Amino acid sequence: MLDTSVATLLTVDKVSQSFTTGSGETRKLVLDQVSMSLKTGEIVALLGRSGCGKSTLLRIISGLITPSDGSVTISGEPVTGPAKDVAMVFQSFALFPWLDVLDNVEIGPRAIGVPLEETRQRALKAIDTIGLDGFESAYPKELSGGMRQRVGFARALVMQPKILLMDEPFSALDVLTAETLRTDLLDLWQEGRMPIKSILMVTHNIEEAVLMSDRILVLSSNPGRIASEIPVTIAQPRDRLDPPFRALVDQIYALMTQRAETTRVAQPAAAGLALPLPDISTNSLAGMLEEIAAPPYNGKADLPHLADSLGFEIDDLFPLGETLQILKLVDFEEADIKLTPLGQRFVDMDVDQRKKVLGEQALANIPLASHIKRVLDERPSHRAPASRFREELEDYMSEDYADRTLRTVINLGRYGELFAYDEAAQTFSYENPE
Amino acid sequence: MPLLFSPSSARRRVLPNQWDLIAFAAIMAILTAVAQSYHGISAPLPAANEPVVSLDYWNLPYYALRTALRMFAALFFSLVFTFTYATLAAKSRRAEMVLIPILDILQSVPILGFLSFTVTFFLGLFPGNTLGAELAAIFAIFTSQAWNMAFSLYQSLRTVPPDLDEVARGFRLTGWQKFWQLEAPFAMPGLIWNTMMSMSGGWFFVVASEAITVGDTTITLPGVGSYIAKANDEGNWWAIGAAVLTMAIVILLYDQLLFRPIVAWADKFKVELSESEVTGSSWMLNLLQRTYWVRLAARPVFEALRSISLLPIHIPRMLQARRGKVEQQPSRIVDALWILIVVAVAAWAIWLTVQYIATEVGWDEVIHVFVLTFYTLIRVLVLIFLASIIWVPISVWIGLRPRWAEAVQPIAQFLAAFPVNLLFGATVSIILAFNLNTNIWLSFLIIFGTQWYIVFNVIGGAAAFPNDLREAATNFRVHGWQWWKQVMLPGIAPYYLTGAITASGGSWNASIVAEYVKWKDHTVEAQGVGAYIAEATEKGDFPKIVLGVAMMSIFVTLLNRLFWRQLYAYSERRLRL
Repeated sequence: MLDTSVATLLTVDKVSQSFTTGSGETRKLVLDQVSMSLKTGEIVALLGRSGCGKSTLLRIISGLITPSDGSVTISGEPVTGPAKDVAMVFQSFALFPWLDVLDNVEIGPRAIGVPLEETRQRALKAIDTIGLDGFESAYPKELSGGMRQRVGFARALVMQPKILLMDEPFSALDVLTAETLRTDLLDLWQEGRMPIKSILMVTHNIEEAVLMSDRILVLSSNPGRIASEIPVTIAQPRDRLDPPFRALVDQIYALMTQRAETTRVAQPAAAGLALPLPDISTNSLAGMLEEIAAPPYNGKADLPHLADSLGFEIDDLFPLGETLQILKLVDFEEADIKLTPLGQRFVDMDVDQRKKVLGEQALANIPLASHIKRVLDERPSHRAPASRFREELEDYMSEDYADRTLRTVINLGRYGELFAYDEAAQTFSYENPE
Repeated sequence: MPLLFSPSSARRRVLPNQWDLIAFAAIMAILTAVAQSYHGISAPLPAANEPVVSLDYWNLPYYALRTALRMFAALFFSLVFTFTYATLAAKSRRAEMVLIPILDILQSVPILGFLSFTVTFFLGLFPGNTLGAELAAIFAIFTSQAWNMAFSLYQSLRTVPPDLDEVARGFRLTGWQKFWQLEAPFAMPGLIWNTMMSMSGGWFFVVASEAITVGDTTITLPGVGSYIAKANDEGNWWAIGAAVLTMAIVILLYDQLLFRPIVAWADKFKVELSESEVTGSSWMLNLLQRTYWVRLAARPVFEALRSISLLPIHIPRMLQARRGKVEQQPSRIVDALWILIVVAVAAWAIWLTVQYIATEVGWDEVIHVFVLTFYTLIRVLVLIFLASIIWVPISVWIGLRPRWAEAVQPIAQFLAAFPVNLLFGATVSIILAFNLNTNIWLSFLIIFGTQWYIVFNVIGGAAAFPNDLREAATNFRVHGWQWWKQVMLPGIAPYYLTGAITASGGSWNASIVAEYVKWKDHTVEAQGVGAYIAEATEKGDFPKIVLGVAMMSIFVTLLNRLFWRQLYAYSERRLRL
């Protein structure tokens, strides 16, 4: 009993977070009853798609956001404001551009009144540990992305936090730099050279999660829930080409597509307009279908491979795949994506036929598209303001999502010649310039 | 030239109208109250000890120094105002509801028209002492800078990058620490740029306020402005020439020794992490940064400042930033009570103003002033149009040639700071010599100083026009009118509008000086609200000044809201490259 409480650094207990939708009446859940814990000595990855609330969860844990419901405790103490035993590394680095490297690193200890001399000592040590020697007087502007993120790490380490929180720390870096930084961080962690007890990282990169963490928590979207927990037992250092590594990556891909499928199938009929769409261009939809149709895939592709060959991450791949699935042009099978017969035919069509098919499919499968068409048909003027549909959408989703969904439907509608849209007047109509 | 409307405020959304009305009423009521309190003083103020300004050239360096010091003092007060007013507005929601509309209206009040009130007010504070007159002049300069600067700071405070805000909160910085570590540095580039731009307006005001006659009180402060006034009185061409030269030198020194170094230094506060393509450079800053001794002496100062900025001072809860506490709903009852109080005060203020105007001048006069303001409106719009037709093609031509642009842009900026009073002699002489229609030909004085805003903004826009678009246009053989209509004009539209908005604002203020011109013993005037205000000021007729300024403020506000801001919003939405 006593033993577990010492070993458990962080407990998240039934945390929910909701926000008020555009109309101000309904409240939309972002996180739903999320519970998790973090033990001393482990690296845990929170894996999920963009918009699943994983970053919100991280901010709740750090005390930057107060949850609507539930509680967070760190080392037995409830978190009520910005927590003192955690430090965060940001995706955007979030360095103060007007402070040089040393000042950026020193700002935390100085703010809480650590004596100057001790601050300097700790800062120099952190800078040394993270490999920034010689850059003390450089300004962030003068550094490359990788070096900037090292400053981000040094700034967090100098606080000597128990828990290091990382919010997609490598996703703003190029592939090579990100890999170097990951390995350096893992080396430091394994050698115990960092004054921290555990790491909680948020990522949407499946391989990164498998490469670095001891445990992966997969979050589902809308609302965010912990869908599954996957222990990673492969010994460090891990090799991406190792068969067990590949198998685990495939397994997680399959898990995430399956979930996507079940939530999708349940939604459209029941919820009507409440079908959020990602930002998608019609060209990338067609491009993806062509890629799957072409060799080596010939109509059926393994998702991790497809992602690799397109240079995509799941945040790029899944929205495309799901939109195609909604339009009934592809199907998911385990970790595979497969063209439907219609999808197969689509690839061989010319532009006019493609426009027709996409228009028909959008009308049949996207409730918002058919709704707009119906309203335009009903009105004598055959005109309707976009604000009307935006407000309807905001009853079900946040402003951002409503905007994105509307944009995508406008795109599909224009491409499929379902209706015209005047951006300046923000109105839908049937009129196209002659 | 004075900015009655800053581009930075154009970027804001159009504010709810009832607040504008309230703010407008409050400002007018305060000014009315000042005017009334002046009437309460039965004995006329004694004329200030008139220091005789001499047209001797050797006095000019001393006068220039006095003028420059006034500018400094005004700058100091503007900064103090900016940091308190804008910070309060950005941090307290209830204060914001009142403070921001007030600021917005204050921008549109041609404060030059109120010079008479401020002069008598400050003279009343220090009777028989030139300190009062000094303060009045400083206050006039202050009004040409402070609103702009406060807006800039307010906007920056509201747009602090969220990730940096999270870092600051994560490190548990106190309000004081956060302000100096994050918010103030973030606001720095915008604030400095705005300060520099409003400095041009300051020169105009300092010249106008050093020598002023209100009724039978004449104020003359030693300075370049009163030197120009005296030269105009005596019709001394040589003295005017000397004043031109002096102003040129003073403005140049201010620019090179003060603003360029600060702008170059403030580059490090810019948040975009990429090396920006246009980095200002300053020989003065380079000199300072490379001098070993200066750096050595400055270091302890900077260290001490940094320590002070990191003191763990807590700021009252009321003034804490609101971000991150979205869930916490503010009390509706307190809100309602607050709005009720504000509305009540505003209603009382409107009643006060209306009653004052009704009893002192009567409604016929109101209609008369309305017509006059309409004349000035036409004058301003026509001149902006003419200036645009002439200057846009020329500026585009210059802007597309980098070498020319580099040379011309600073000159245009420099010309914008030139006080129009220097041209009185030439204008009056020409008008009298050729017996010209003053309603038409005096108008050009209004645009004299403000047209340069169009010039340097359009040059900037043309210089920033993407090269690939130009090449595409050439490649598809787009030329002639089509090239202007579909390629260049849309490309420079946001820049042009920034310039035109500034020029429009400045022109309103300039009309007070430029519609009523004196040279030796000739007085030349045009029909317009500017001349009306200037004449009333000279006679010390306070109700008429209140009426004139109020009418002009209403026109300026409406013009900004209904015309300029809509155009600007459209161009930002559709044409920003």
